[in-house]
Amino acid sequence: MEVKAEVRTAVVTGAARGIGMLISKRLMADGWRVAGCDISKEALEEAVAELGSGFSGFVMNVADPESVAAAVTQITDSQDGISCLVNNAGITRDNLLLRMDQAGWDAVLAVNLTGAMNVTKALLRTLLRARNSSIVNISSVVGIMGAPGQTNYAASKAGLIGFTKALGREVASRGVRVNAVAPGFIETEMTASLPEEVRRNYLSRIPMGALGLPEDVADAVAFLAGPSSKYITGVVLPVDGGLTT
Amino acid sequence: MSLENRVTEIIVNKLGVKAEEVTPEAHFVTDLGADSLDQVELMMDFEDAFDLKISDEEASKLQTVGAVIGFLESKGISV
Repeated sequence: MEVKAEVRTAVVTGAARGIGMLISKRLMADGWRVAGCDISKEALEEAVAELGSGFSGFVMNVADPESVAAAVTQITDSQDGISCLVNNAGITRDNLLLRMDQAGWDAVLAVNLTGAMNVTKALLRTLLRARNSSIVNISSVVGIMGAPGQTNYAASKAGLIGFTKALGREVASRGVRVNAVAPGFIETEMTASLPEEVRRNYLSRIPMGALGLPEDVADAVAFLAGPSSKYITGVVLPVDGGLTT
Repeated sequence: MSLENRVTEIIVNKLGVKAEEVTPEAHFVTDLGADSLDQVELMMDFEDAFDLKISDEEASKLQTVGAVIGFLESKGISV
């Protein structure tokens, strides 16, 4: 007789592409169902085709509270055992501060920081009821160290660290854990297109002498999402080859 | 079961207090030992139990057991 395991669902934002899709895939390997949220319907359809039936797609613009509310209602109505949220959706609008316009600042803060808050707030009751649930915020080493041209991005990612720690304290007594992962320099389409000199400069600053893989980030997220980290809350876990040590 | 009894039951389950402590005058924080998150969760439990929405503004006024019962009655809730 087949024993039916308890269904547990993770909500992942920015899930249709890049690291978000790899996080979804990794969580599914751990037995999670994934409610994947993304602003792009087309990208979600492709992700559903690639990841299969354990992945359900929901169109969501994290920066828009109405869009978040609508998607979260759909998710909570259709998915069982929601006990994890991964706030991964993020954008960059890199520019030197002297050249940065208000829109470039606002957009990055709205998606990366306020967006995470919007989704967290909309799902928090569900996560509180679930007990033994977890929230994983995708920050960045740039939020710890800074980087020229990324004042907006760094501020948003540092903001996520404060958000993680404050919320962690608010809900710790209810069995909801809140942690952050801070990826360093990771092999992505963006870093692949960097000039060789910039790439070498990056590598020279990393004690382990190599860029990370998106899978390395996904592994850290899976650890903080699941029961292996059940006594860990309020931490920022760098996945950076020693860059911030 | 009366509305009063149902509300009492929810409060007892949530806060782990004795039913006889849950008098209409009992204040959630000063008499029943609720912290701020307990209060929010209590409102959530009432919302679930009685299938209604309690706004933050309304919730902030519901500091005693009697206030909750009065509020639910004003919404036409019965058990």
